[in-house]
Amino acid sequence: MIDIKPPEFQNLLTPIQVHGPPDPGVPDRNADRILGPGVMNYLAGKIGDAQIGPFHLGWFGILSLLFGFAAFEIIGFSMLASVGWDGVEFIRQLPWLSLDPPPPEVGLSIPAFGQGAMWLLAGFFLTVAILLWWCRMYYRAKSLGMGTHVAWAFASAIWLYLVLGFFRPILMGSWAEAVPFGILSHLDWTAAFSLRYGNLFYNPFHMLSIVFLYGSAVLFAMHGATILATAKMGGEREIDQITDPGTGAERTMVFWRWTMGFNANMESIHRWAWWFAVLTTLTGGIGILITGPVVDNWYLWGQKHGLVPQYPDVYEAPAMPVQPGELDAPYLGAPSADPLPGLETMEGAGPVPQRMMDVSIPISGTDMFLTFDQEIGR
Amino acid sequence: MAMLSFEKKYRVRGGTLLGGDLFDFWVGPFYVGFFGVTTIFFTLLGTLLLVWGAAIGEGLAGQTWNLWQISIAPPPIEYGLAIAPLYEGGLWQIVTFCAIGAFGSWVLRQAEISRKLGMGYHIPFAYAVAVFAYVTLVVIRPVLLGAWGHGFPYGIISHLDWVSNVGYQYLHFHYNPAHMIAITFFFTNCLALAMHGGLILSVTNPPKGESVKTSEHENAFFRDTLGYSIGAIGIHRLGLFLALSAGFWSAVCIVISGPFWTRGWPEWWNWWLNLPIWF
Repeated sequence: MIDIKPPEFQNLLTPIQVHGPPDPGVPDRNADRILGPGVMNYLAGKIGDAQIGPFHLGWFGILSLLFGFAAFEIIGFSMLASVGWDGVEFIRQLPWLSLDPPPPEVGLSIPAFGQGAMWLLAGFFLTVAILLWWCRMYYRAKSLGMGTHVAWAFASAIWLYLVLGFFRPILMGSWAEAVPFGILSHLDWTAAFSLRYGNLFYNPFHMLSIVFLYGSAVLFAMHGATILATAKMGGEREIDQITDPGTGAERTMVFWRWTMGFNANMESIHRWAWWFAVLTTLTGGIGILITGPVVDNWYLWGQKHGLVPQYPDVYEAPAMPVQPGELDAPYLGAPSADPLPGLETMEGAGPVPQRMMDVSIPISGTDMFLTFDQEIGR
Repeated sequence: MAMLSFEKKYRVRGGTLLGGDLFDFWVGPFYVGFFGVTTIFFTLLGTLLLVWGAAIGEGLAGQTWNLWQISIAPPPIEYGLAIAPLYEGGLWQIVTFCAIGAFGSWVLRQAEISRKLGMGYHIPFAYAVAVFAYVTLVVIRPVLLGAWGHGFPYGIISHLDWVSNVGYQYLHFHYNPAHMIAITFFFTNCLALAMHGGLILSVTNPPKGESVKTSEHENAFFRDTLGYSIGAIGIHRLGLFLALSAGFWSAVCIVISGPFWTRGWPEWWNWWLNLPIWF
């Protein structure tokens, strides 16, 4: 009954590509410092536009890349130093390595070397790079005579970044509150943060942020699918369909009206999209900023405001999936009697991730253990 | 009749999947169709059962009309995969059945409307991925673990408590590799949505006195700033891929927790540290 067409009819990949010379782009009010004429790439052309480049340089871009590179190098070399400049161990332990903010006693002063100075420096360089990149997005749009909507959406993401690493630490009076640079260590920070403040799920701004994050996925699935489904009627030519709606735009509207009784139009769906994405980080930043400075325990806050359900006593006490001594290999950083391995509470400082030290790992095929007593990452 | 100015020419009979002309009509802005009827049936029944469950305080220590606290719990683990008594999770089982019926009907309803409008089936496929993620949570994983009690309770705060508790059963859920992939897709999707929405608004809403810009301007903006512009059709392929991948990997990350891995997720990473290449 359903006439399912083979994949090549579903507009998932571009079947036929015609490549001309690279398009140099529209006339630009500040058309200088363009890098390369651009090249054609077959694989890029399968899913989207085949042309890669040209790339615009310019002082904002150059400086941003330089500062970003400096931050990247500071973080990388600090991690390399933390494993004793051993290249193999650097690769091996990279996910666990971390450049941490200063300890709580440093407060908001400039820390000494080995006390988080490199974290502060890397954070400063990264922040400068990001702000310069924002200027680049803003002035590129201006130079092309476009609106600055992309730059302002980017500003919303920068807001969350600055709350996490700058505004909230200042309100709390300590750089130690900020997020470390590291793959697993920033996840440790996130888990410890939620535990320290009594379950972040009870934070209403966290709830809103998640709603907008999931809502963004729903919206992009709906919008992407709608446009692909009407591409044979020109649905993907969105500017034309906004300024002069054709049958592609009409069918996208009629589809959702018939389905859920309500529809956006070709322009307003992009306003929904922009707002959902922007509000994800905007509400998220508010939620982080007030956690600590305003509310100390979201679970107790939820109890006070009647959020917390009363459950019957039907469940047994939760059993830990791994009991101390049960492991055949020592779990990294797990103190034996700690109910939450990897998370240790320090007096007055909130929880901080457990250090990974005195690790002993069996070498497969032998009865030997690899041990290293060096501190990793901190 | 709640019709858009151009809508009348699209309201023609035919193209149904089931029921011929019998349900081929509209109510206000809504298209009905056979699957509209089944959607309404399952939605009404499921919702009323939830309200009834709230009225008797099912799944809670006491009855409440507090919207945040209302919770309909799955059966206790002891019932395994059996049908539970109504007030001990049986309600949850019927509601789950109704939810799957309603979501499945909605997929087929979208397929029917796509067909009536001569569109591709991308939308029902995309929605089916979300339904698959839900079914993973309340059917596939509970069946693999051998008890309906492993489903999540239907309540605003109680489902958050469930996520929290199940996460800590694996010590630190952020170390779940599929969870990492899912989160990455969610964040990237949000970024791409902001970039796409922002770009379209910025070409169609230029500064005062400027004319509306073209797709060449779209390309120039992202080629200038990032070195690559994926183009009008490409961004919708990418957006759909990112959104569906987020849902798909979310389903994977929970279905492997328990059926595949029962220990703490941080420990799973030992394989990397123990690779023979290091020694």
